[in-house]
Amino acid sequence: MKFIFTRDTWQEIFGAIRKNKMRTAITIIGVFWGILLFIVLQGAAKGMENGFDNAFKGMATNSIFLWGQQTGMPHGGFNRNRSIRLELSDTDRIANQIEGVDFVAPRNARGVFGGAAPLVVNDTKSGSYKVFGDYPIIDKIARKKIRKGRFLNQKDIDENRKICVIGERVLTELFDKDEDPIGQYIKISNVYFQVVGVYKENTTDFFEGDDSVFIPFTTFKKVYNSGNRISWMVIAGYPDEDIVQVETKVKALLKRRYSVHPDDERAFGSANFGEMFGKITGFVKGLKFTALVVGIATILAGVIAIGNILLITVKERTKEIGIRRALGATPGEIRGQIILESVFLTLLAGTLGITTGGVSLRLINSITQNLDDFPFLNPTVSIQYIGMALLIMITLGSLIGLIPAQRAVSVRPIEALREE
Amino acid sequence: MIQIDELHKSYHMGSNELHVLKGINLDIKEGEFVSIMGSSGSGKSTLLNIIGMLDLADKGSYVLDNVPIKNLSEKKAAVYRNKFLGFIFQSFNLINYKNAAENVALPLYYQGISRKIRKEKSLYYLEKVGLADWAHHLPSELSGGQKQRVAIARALASEPKVLLADEPTGALDTKTSYEVMDFLQSINDEGKTILVVTHEPDIADMTKRIVMLKDGRILEDKKVEQIRASQYV
Ligand SMILES: Nc1ncnc2c1ncn2[C@@H]1O[C@H](COP(=O)(O)OP(=O)(O)OP(=O)(O)O)[C@@H](O)[C@H]1O
Ligand SMILES: [Mg+2]
Repeated sequence: MKFIFTRDTWQEIFGAIRKNKMRTAITIIGVFWGILLFIVLQGAAKGMENGFDNAFKGMATNSIFLWGQQTGMPHGGFNRNRSIRLELSDTDRIANQIEGVDFVAPRNARGVFGGAAPLVVNDTKSGSYKVFGDYPIIDKIARKKIRKGRFLNQKDIDENRKICVIGERVLTELFDKDEDPIGQYIKISNVYFQVVGVYKENTTDFFEGDDSVFIPFTTFKKVYNSGNRISWMVIAGYPDEDIVQVETKVKALLKRRYSVHPDDERAFGSANFGEMFGKITGFVKGLKFTALVVGIATILAGVIAIGNILLITVKERTKEIGIRRALGATPGEIRGQIILESVFLTLLAGTLGITTGGVSLRLINSITQNLDDFPFLNPTVSIQYIGMALLIMITLGSLIGLIPAQRAVSVRPIEALREE
Repeated sequence: MIQIDELHKSYHMGSNELHVLKGINLDIKEGEFVSIMGSSGSGKSTLLNIIGMLDLADKGSYVLDNVPIKNLSEKKAAVYRNKFLGFIFQSFNLINYKNAAENVALPLYYQGISRKIRKEKSLYYLEKVGLADWAHHLPSELSGGQKQRVAIARALASEPKVLLADEPTGALDTKTSYEVMDFLQSINDEGKTILVVTHEPDIADMTKRIVMLKDGRILEDKKVEQIRASQYV
């Protein structure tokens, strides 16, 4: 093995490689392309994963939205088409009785699902905006990006404060350009509220957008006379909980409470966010796996191409090999040289591919940096993957080099010399 | 130096068998300068290739410098070729992407000699064949005679016991041929054993012994009065 580390061996190899630059270029292009693809795909998949992770950061992804609808079956003395309205007490009931539930956030809203949006007025300016009555806990479902001031807190709830947090669009439409809204009063459905915060739109919001107003749940109840009813609730399961099972249990509990037939699927509507999120994670996982398979297959094809071209060149070099053997090269030395050529070419191509791949990922990163809506962040390839790719290349390079190497020594020197 | 006894060699082509060497007996002492002659197809190259361990005999014995050459592995044969023999071919057989000095140094590389000494030796032998100034030229930049002189320098560089030349002047004009023979003679004067295969009687006359082959047998084996090539150069 020591011949690998001698300068002479490498000089022989460089001599042979330099002799035909075109051949070398064509040889390495396959592996170069393969490793480049491997790196870029792997990095892109990672970037996508990071992007989704970032988008869902600060969000209870393992959660369900649940609301009351109309019954689909007569039951317990009631006709069908009975309207079901969930009540505030249901939240505690669910939180306490259903295993695996982390917390439950009740919500009230005006201006969603086709309802008329309340009028909001600031002096001469006015507009219709969605109004939500919330507990501060809603922030745990989807973190609000607060641009100015603060979000709702427990004191607001306890004291039924008439304060509100407004969206950026509400701000621009109701206030002058450089006006500070914090501390100012606006009229919502003819009741004065003090603005305490401004939030920024979050891509993972489902309803709020940038044109909503948040007020304390308890204040909402008073202003809109909603009593104990709630518009819907968000149920967050613990991170590892099977959210589909939680959903079934919650519905079973509510069916008993509202005397709904156990098989009635219409009485309660729900959106299982955990299930959706699971699909997205599965998609990213699939993407990563596909990238891995495609990358490795391309590298494999590239290495086989190197083997092929080396085989051709070995045929072209039959005479040269014959001369070397007449001058005293042992079959082992000839074989070693050709295998090393193969490994060297593979590694050269691989290094070029890794470098180019790294640069490409940087480029992609800087291009996508300013695209807020595109879930893409820090496309990177772990060092283990690169190490693995290099290891695969060295192994394949030497394995594939065995074929031309064997072919080179299988010709007897006398025949090799006769070759023209 | 070389003892050959009842050497036989046949080539098989399909069902045909071509008996090329039919019992060759040859004894060559150290320092001899022998030419092998004979008509085309008489087996001259075959004999030389067997002596050069590039090919194997079917029958008979061959002893080189007291080493019986028999059942050699490819690896052993390579080592013996490298240690005992220097080859000069009709078509020079230089490696086209290596310059003159690198070509000369190649057998030394396979001997495991250090770079520095390889360089010194290759320049020394190039100087000996009068091509010191051409050390860094590629074969394509050399004339036929120069190429053959590089090949001779290469054959000498490994300091072999025997020099084997298969029609070394076959591709050269008369004047250049004599120059090459002049070199070979001076090398022989220093004591090196040389075997030359040739068609040309004037070249054969510049050796010291002529072996005539005919139909795979030795027809004639005679010592001759050597004609010095220097008088024509
Ligand atoms: N590898 C081979 N396979 C089959 N036949 C061969 C082979 N090598 C040589 N021969 C045959 O053996 C015979 C002797 O060949 P060889 O090359 O020894 O002749 P030669 O005396 O060197 O001829 P020339 O003067 O033309 O070079 C020829 O008839 C040739 O066709
Ligand atoms: Mg011949």
